[in-house]
Amino acid sequence: MAKKEYAFYPGCSSQKGASASNYLVSVDSMCKTLDIKMTEIPDWNCCGASISYAEAGELPRLAMNARNFALSEQHLPGQDIVATCAACWLGSRESKERLEHNNTLMDDTNKALKEAGLNLKVIPEVRHMVEVLIEDLGYAELASHVKKPLEGMKIAGYVGCQTNRPFGIQGESFENPMYLDKLIESVGAQATKFDQKVTCCGGALAFSEPDKAQAQIKDIIEAAYDSGAEMLVTPCPLCQANTEVYQGQINKKYGTKFQLPVLYYSQLMVLAYGGSAKDAGLNGQVIRARRLEEFAGK
Amino acid sequence: MADKHAAYICTGCELGTRLDAAALVKTATKDGKIALVREHAFLCSADGVAMIKNDIDNEAVTHVAICACSRRAKTEAFNFPTVAMSRGNLREGVIWIRPDTDEARETTQEMAEDYVRMACAEVKAMKVPEGNQNTGTSKTLLVVGGGMSGMTAAVEASKAGYKVVLVEKTGALGGMAAKLWKRIPNREPFKAPMDNGVADLVAQIDADANIKVYLNAVVAKTAGAPGRFKADIAVESGAVSTEDVGAIIQASGFTPYDVNKLSHLGGGQANVVDQLGLEALAKAANGGPIKRADGKEVKSVVFVQCAGQRDTSGEHLSYCSGHCCATSVKQAMYFKDANPDVDTVVLYTDLRMPGNNEDFYRAAQNKGVIFSKGVVSGVSTSGDGCKVQFKDLILNEDTSADADLVVLATGMVPTTGPDLDALSEANRVAEGSDEKAAVAKEQVIQMMSTSVLNLDYRQGPDMPQFKHGFNDSHFICFPYETRRTAIYAAGPTRRPMDIAQATEDATGAAMKAIQAMENAGLGKAAHPRAGDLSFPTARLEGCTQCKRCTVECPFGAIDEDEKRFPLFNESRCRRCGTCMGACPVRVISFENYSVNTVGAQIKAVDIPDEFSEKPRVLILACENDAYPALDMAGMNRNEYDPFMRVIPVRCLGSVNTIWITDALNSGFDGVMLMGCKHGDQYQCHFVKGSELGRYRMSKVYDTLKGMNLETERLMDLEVAITDVDTLPKKINEYAAKIQEMGMSPFKGL
Amino acid sequence: MSDMNQQMSAKYKNNFLKEIEEQAEMGEWVKMCMQCGVCSGSCPTNFHPGWEHPPQELFMMIRAGKRDEVLDSQSMWMCVSCYNCYVRCPRKVPITHIMHGIAEYAYRIGRAPKNQPTLHLSQTFWNNATKTGRVNEVQLTQSLYFKDGIMDGIKKAMAMQDVALGLVKAGRLNVMEAIGGGHKCKDIKGIHAMLAKAKELENQRKGRAA
Repeated sequence: MAKKEYAFYPGCSSQKGASASNYLVSVDSMCKTLDIKMTEIPDWNCCGASISYAEAGELPRLAMNARNFALSEQHLPGQDIVATCAACWLGSRESKERLEHNNTLMDDTNKALKEAGLNLKVIPEVRHMVEVLIEDLGYAELASHVKKPLEGMKIAGYVGCQTNRPFGIQGESFENPMYLDKLIESVGAQATKFDQKVTCCGGALAFSEPDKAQAQIKDIIEAAYDSGAEMLVTPCPLCQANTEVYQGQINKKYGTKFQLPVLYYSQLMVLAYGGSAKDAGLNGQVIRARRLEEFAGK
Repeated sequence: MADKHAAYICTGCELGTRLDAAALVKTATKDGKIALVREHAFLCSADGVAMIKNDIDNEAVTHVAICACSRRAKTEAFNFPTVAMSRGNLREGVIWIRPDTDEARETTQEMAEDYVRMACAEVKAMKVPEGNQNTGTSKTLLVVGGGMSGMTAAVEASKAGYKVVLVEKTGALGGMAAKLWKRIPNREPFKAPMDNGVADLVAQIDADANIKVYLNAVVAKTAGAPGRFKADIAVESGAVSTEDVGAIIQASGFTPYDVNKLSHLGGGQANVVDQLGLEALAKAANGGPIKRADGKEVKSVVFVQCAGQRDTSGEHLSYCSGHCCATSVKQAMYFKDANPDVDTVVLYTDLRMPGNNEDFYRAAQNKGVIFSKGVVSGVSTSGDGCKVQFKDLILNEDTSADADLVVLATGMVPTTGPDLDALSEANRVAEGSDEKAAVAKEQVIQMMSTSVLNLDYRQGPDMPQFKHGFNDSHFICFPYETRRTAIYAAGPTRRPMDIAQATEDATGAAMKAIQAMENAGLGKAAHPRAGDLSFPTARLEGCTQCKRCTVECPFGAIDEDEKRFPLFNESRCRRCGTCMGACPVRVISFENYSVNTVGAQIKAVDIPDEFSEKPRVLILACENDAYPALDMAGMNRNEYDPFMRVIPVRCLGSVNTIWITDALNSGFDGVMLMGCKHGDQYQCHFVKGSELGRYRMSKVYDTLKGMNLETERLMDLEVAITDVDTLPKKINEYAAKIQEMGMSPFKGL
Repeated sequence: MSDMNQQMSAKYKNNFLKEIEEQAEMGEWVKMCMQCGVCSGSCPTNFHPGWEHPPQELFMMIRAGKRDEVLDSQSMWMCVSCYNCYVRCPRKVPITHIMHGIAEYAYRIGRAPKNQPTLHLSQTFWNNATKTGRVNEVQLTQSLYFKDGIMDGIKKAMAMQDVALGLVKAGRLNVMEAIGGGHKCKDIKGIHAMLAKAKELENQRKGRAA
């Protein structure tokens, strides 16, 4: 039996062929090493993300999240829901909080759920993958599996917004959370002093207000370079995508020469645990992480 | 009993390793001419103290010089009330401010030897204080004013076991608080206005046999001194009763600023009221919808904060009255609680809701009170109501709001009686016989009619006023404190405040008044020298009747007798020594602090010749701030120059100019005076002491010129108790300056 | 839609604050703002042009009854949902949600600015996600680019070609999704019924005609 069991909510972007598919690949191998068993919530649906606010309204979004809760409780009773995506985690947690504190919303939500043949009584705990790593396993346990420390690598830990605010990781400050730096250090790399670690990447507005969002992304990448980092690491799929895929556009617009690989924490861990480039999903990088590829090959 | 002197040299706390103790013993014996000198390795230990006690009991020692740590340290161990005692500060004053190096050893030892000489010389000039014999032992407290502050002071004093006479000028207790429909909450959850609490306090007073209440009464005359005041209480009917009281609390409250002076804000218009006016409307409504004077129900109301307050034009009150923000919040709730649909807007520039008032503010927002940051430029009549013109400071635009009623948050004007300076000036003019004198006489009568205490003091009928006409207080160290010993100010007469603060204020004042009565009964001083048994005496045969002492005494303790000699009211005295510093013929002294005790120390310092390159600088340091700062500098091991010789003084006001000229004449190269800040933001514990001291010193500069000395040889430094790090630097800078100037030409003369 | 605007305007007369309190998500918190301005200073989009009114000012405008200026404003549409204002607000006002709430309400009653790109994104995203229960990233991107017509869409797609190509090469953009492949929920029917019900209930609760 696996050490820990969770109901897994991978989210739309982590699916095969989607923008964070490499995240999922690396999480899978990481969990194998750490003996964490994740069972996908059957027929889970989209959380709605923050951006759906205008079209969706409140109750439809709550209903979407409630459906996931009900399915999880029905099929994986008693298990905490674990999300890898910041938006999924936030959307679910926010929904849980509102439903638990507002009986009217809960009643209405159940009326809606009934249309899908579901009913919600108990809402499971909703947790981020990082919380599982830090709280259920601990940094020491995470470090104990390291076979190949990422020695000498300088990495900027980019926490971003939604894994940090408004809920954040227990015991961390909103202004200067340290968990990502600690994760980086637990695999033997060096976390740089990165002053934009909680700056917003523009989120969904990278689509609708590209100029504004790219100006923010530029500040983030610049600060990472200034801190001496050779790559950026993040726990959020949207942060990862925004900071990675627009570097080319920013270079064109601002004449910069950005070429900074952006990775997930889970990718670093897989490599430090002795996994291959494929296990870590390095083939999913738009900006190739050559140093890590070489490292994985050794 | 013959005087017998003893000196004790402690070698604990590294004094023994840093200093040559044997040499110090020799200094005390030979230079100090002390008969009994002992060395001890741990003088403040039970064993050391027992040794001294034994000498006092069995060797008939009457004067003790303890050469160990600062006089501020180990006061419980070195407590020998039956003998005169001096303290040579070898620890904080010498070894802790000097480096432990071979080069420094010689000058450090010289410093220590001087302090031993000074302690010996001082103690020989001291007497054991006998205590003021002219005491009164009344333990009854007079409280003037029956509002929230006065009632609280009375109840608190009674709870502590003291009798109280409570005088109220109106026909009922309660004061302003009784006029309030409700009060700002003072307990959890701070969300709604509360009962004003007056009825409860009145009931407590009615049931309290310790409290005697005079209604419709005023204090017609207050004579005497702490412990033995005689207060004539005149009631409306004309009857006068005299009460013997030991201390007084003035809780005479305030009146709201005259709303008619605020015509630009609509003051005087029918639908514009001040906060007290709104309270009357709320009382009339009794929880129902609030109606205007014309009977119309108010559906919209605008509160204008800082109306005639925090005024920079000089026309209205320049200060903030503190309570008015919370009061407006409370009053807005009156409307919302009666009818949530009433539009209530509070126009403010800064909403000041300290402490738990924040919760109250939040509760008002929750009830739908709208808060807008804006400056009101005018209020005009508009239709059936008012139009309030204002600049919205958030949206940065000029706009207006319509309201059925406008409430102006006007400020508090203290009830403190006539301004003493103005009164004294009017009295002076009234002495003439011209037309002006006749006008002035009228003025005097008018002013005297506003007197609260009618003190029979040569300094005037009431307490001196501080900023903005509030009753004087040592705002930093001693709230409730005034310049009239055993008379305390409490509540809004002291500074603007709300009921919660006034309640606390009154309780504190009651405690201080009790302390003052008790000390007066024992012939001891009130704070800051609480418990001091010494008091000033004058050799009247030498007195020139110059009146400086009577005029300068910051506490009005000195009157003149029929022969125009100073007459000390010892119980009113705070023992600051300002009279002693003022006396040009030096006839005033305390048993344990006199021109001689300090003069002897100055003379005791060994002055090396002018070729020694060892200057000597005298520091006269205020014992309340500068001396503790020097001690703390020592504790922090902040080093300073070894040529300094520090003598603590009770106040800069007690410094007699003779000390300065004597010091410079005897070869000191410089004199530093360290006293507290004076002026409006004074920090002097005796209010005026440092100011008077400095004024006198300004005259010494002429003397220096006469002596052909550089004026820089006298240095006046303003020192606060917190100057622990900067003070040593300033001392060293001065030392460098002296080096630059060169040695005094007066050495060895 | 403008009927809805008139209907609401009539319902709340001049009390815009009340309108927002009852109609906008978390609107009941607007009155609790104490105008300290921490939100304005914390907003990352504040550093780049495009803002008329920071949250603090919007709240004051609501209290001052500036209905038209607020509802027509672009400001709340600039929110990037970073929650910086939310966690820093000393009054714990859920500013992020209120921004969303005001924007959503303006949209519902037909007052949102024309061609508001973030509104378009919100519509597209939600419709895309609820069509099958899961987001189809290719179709999402396509509909975003082609919102202003085919020519404009091609131009934008060309401009973003390197971005898309990079993702395709990295295996993170599945072109199969464009032609109806990709991920979907099994119980699409149930989801649609559920959402229809939820919308109906919400409209009922807020007194908005369906």
